[in-house]
Amino acid sequence: MTTTLPPSSSNAPPITQVGPIAWMRKNLFSNWLNSLLTVIILTTLLNLLVSFLGWATTTAQWQVVPANWSLYFAGRYPAAQFWRLFTVLGLIAALSGLTWGVLVRNVPKLFDRNVLIGVAIVAVITVLLPTPLPYRLVLLGIEALLLGSAWIGKKIGRAKPVVGQWLPFVWFLSFFVVLWLIAGGFGLPTVSTSLWGGLLLTVFMSVVSIVLCFPLGVALALGRQSSLPVVRWLSILYIEIIRGIPLIAILFIGQNMIPLFLPQGVRPDNILRGIIGLTLFSSAYLAENVRGGLQAIPKGQTEAANALGLNPLLVTSLIVLPQALKISIPAIVGQFISLFQDTTLLSIVGIIDLLGITRSILANPQFIGRYWEAYTFIGIIYWLFCYAMSWGSRRLERQLNTGH
Amino acid sequence: MELTETHKPMTQFSDREKTPFWRDARFLRIAVQALVVILVVVLISVLMGNLNQSLRQQGRQFNFSFLFNEAGFNIGESLIPYTPNDRYYWAFVVGLVNTLRLILVGFVLTTVLGVIAGIASFSENWLLRKLSQVYVELVRNIPLLLQLFIWYFGVYYTLSAPPPGTNQPNDVLFGLAFTSRRGIAIPWPANTATSFVSLVLLIAALVTAVLLWRWRLKLMEEQGTSGKPQLIAMGVLGAVGLLLLVVGLGWQVPQLNQVGEPEGGLRLSLEYTAVLSALVFYTGAFIAEIVRAGIQAVSKGQWEAAKALGLRSGLVMQLVVFPQALRVIIPALNSQYMNLAKNSSLALAIGYPDIFSSATTALNQSGRAVEVMTLIAITYLVINLVISVLMNTLNRTVQIKER
Repeated sequence: MTTTLPPSSSNAPPITQVGPIAWMRKNLFSNWLNSLLTVIILTTLLNLLVSFLGWATTTAQWQVVPANWSLYFAGRYPAAQFWRLFTVLGLIAALSGLTWGVLVRNVPKLFDRNVLIGVAIVAVITVLLPTPLPYRLVLLGIEALLLGSAWIGKKIGRAKPVVGQWLPFVWFLSFFVVLWLIAGGFGLPTVSTSLWGGLLLTVFMSVVSIVLCFPLGVALALGRQSSLPVVRWLSILYIEIIRGIPLIAILFIGQNMIPLFLPQGVRPDNILRGIIGLTLFSSAYLAENVRGGLQAIPKGQTEAANALGLNPLLVTSLIVLPQALKISIPAIVGQFISLFQDTTLLSIVGIIDLLGITRSILANPQFIGRYWEAYTFIGIIYWLFCYAMSWGSRRLERQLNTGH
Repeated sequence: MELTETHKPMTQFSDREKTPFWRDARFLRIAVQALVVILVVVLISVLMGNLNQSLRQQGRQFNFSFLFNEAGFNIGESLIPYTPNDRYYWAFVVGLVNTLRLILVGFVLTTVLGVIAGIASFSENWLLRKLSQVYVELVRNIPLLLQLFIWYFGVYYTLSAPPPGTNQPNDVLFGLAFTSRRGIAIPWPANTATSFVSLVLLIAALVTAVLLWRWRLKLMEEQGTSGKPQLIAMGVLGAVGLLLLVVGLGWQVPQLNQVGEPEGGLRLSLEYTAVLSALVFYTGAFIAEIVRAGIQAVSKGQWEAAKALGLRSGLVMQLVVFPQALRVIIPALNSQYMNLAKNSSLALAIGYPDIFSSATTALNQSGRAVEVMTLIAITYLVINLVISVLMNTLNRTVQIKER
């Protein structure tokens, strides 16, 4: 038995299929439930926005931010030595520019529209910053330096593509120069680590911990995958114990117990103990991320490399590890982002990072109760850093993607 | 020996026999492992030697007898009776109960929030989709500790500031909830026999409803019945359940008494509420991402096939996609629950007396860093182990049964 459907002539003709009204019908008011949701969300959001704007323009006392610029960014670093920090910033800007230029050397236009818009926004923000004029000029200069070195980097990269291979080495060397500039010694007046603070300390600690935890994490991941039972079980033991304990407990152990475990009289610096805690903690998580990548490499790769006569060390370092690391980039960068966020926990154990300095600013009777202003400000800083890292990881992933 | 060597022709076999031991894989494997063991043992014995020496110099020994000394410190809030005269071990137990109270409620709320936010990112509603994305991007990129301070100092502390000129608690929800520096009072079922019976009946109704639903599906599938009678029965059950929920539980709304203190209902401290909010919203964003990834992992054909059968998009998600996505979601949830449990130790920063905060107070008082930290490590390891075991059991029930 067959049934024939009546011709669907009763359907109303579509009203519009393009234009904002059609878009709204489709995306916001497709049925009564959606319409209700849209109305509720819109009212709530508008309400929040209006009250936030009202607060930000009238009640809020933003004085807590510009009055403490140097504290947020450099802690109690002596003001007479600020030029060293600006030099560090300039050095990093120049190196980043060079790297950027060399990496994109094959792109026809270095400064395309998006880049120009970004540069313009940053420049406008820099000009509008409520800081003394010389600082703003220096910051603009550093931005110009970044662009200039990017242009030079592209020229050099075009002329001598070999330069690209030397960049990691230059970055490695620059770390010691930066350390010398910040800490002093060898002709510069020494600045004790107890004076470092704010964003400077947050970034310094995260960079050092990231650099240290990476090789340790890779070694642990390889150890966990090793065919040697002793190595494998020790790695598993370490990884699982560390992953079972909260970071704050590890930092407490670092602060209270590292001196007990060391010979009499050896008492590492407060900041060094913090870095050790962060590194030991992060490497266990990093090991798990890298292990994910190692497990994703088909066994055929190892077997093919063995058949070519490579010894186990070469098989790992030339064939397996590069592929595994490439796969695990998103997870690794995610771990770096959480490490960056985890530096805030150091403020609980008495290290004055960005959050720690904000808490001491808020304890100042002059700024008491200005929680929202100060926390919004540092929240934006943290957000920008983390978002930039995840954006960079997505770019890197696309760059290294050799799949089809 | 020499005789055999001279007589034997140079075969590959004899070549391999003469492999020098430093290139012999069997030897190398053992040597490397022995080296690692020696290194680790030396490292540990040096560290332990130093520890022993340090402890001896401070005139202490590694033992846990201090747990039976009088604690002497106060604990702000606790579900079980505690006085400063109690022993250290009891202070730890009180802290542990506070931690469990935090993480168990946190698990439920963060799962609900995360699943809703994850599903919302597939909504047909553009605004809802964007809202979910903004929530995830905002919360994941700001440190948890900062969020905790924002919740505590920015939200709850500000909300609970007494209105100028009065000493009354703030009315924050049309007379249903009040905030003051002493905590947040919310409506809560009365602590009477009637409400207890109602609760039991409510759970029984829920179980019956689930069984009824399964029976109905079975009948519909096997006998082709319409399933109407069962549906009506479920409707009646639902009405009874609603009645029990609204009337039977005996909700108590906090009322202000003469002094201006809220009475009745449930009072939660500001610290507890702040830590709970921070943990729930932070972990919820990660769970939302996991749920989103899980749903994306379900192949597009499943969506299309379900739609072709004429299911509405809500039903497609509920009946076809989400059950399959669960297989991807549950293993990943495990680590998020463990993170929530570990992050609950941040409660220390705003003074909620969880186990870590009890432990640090005990550490500062007794100076027994090694013992206290060992206890803390073991506690969190056990908590994580339990979570792991439970989640793995759950995972086994959800995975496809293969033979």
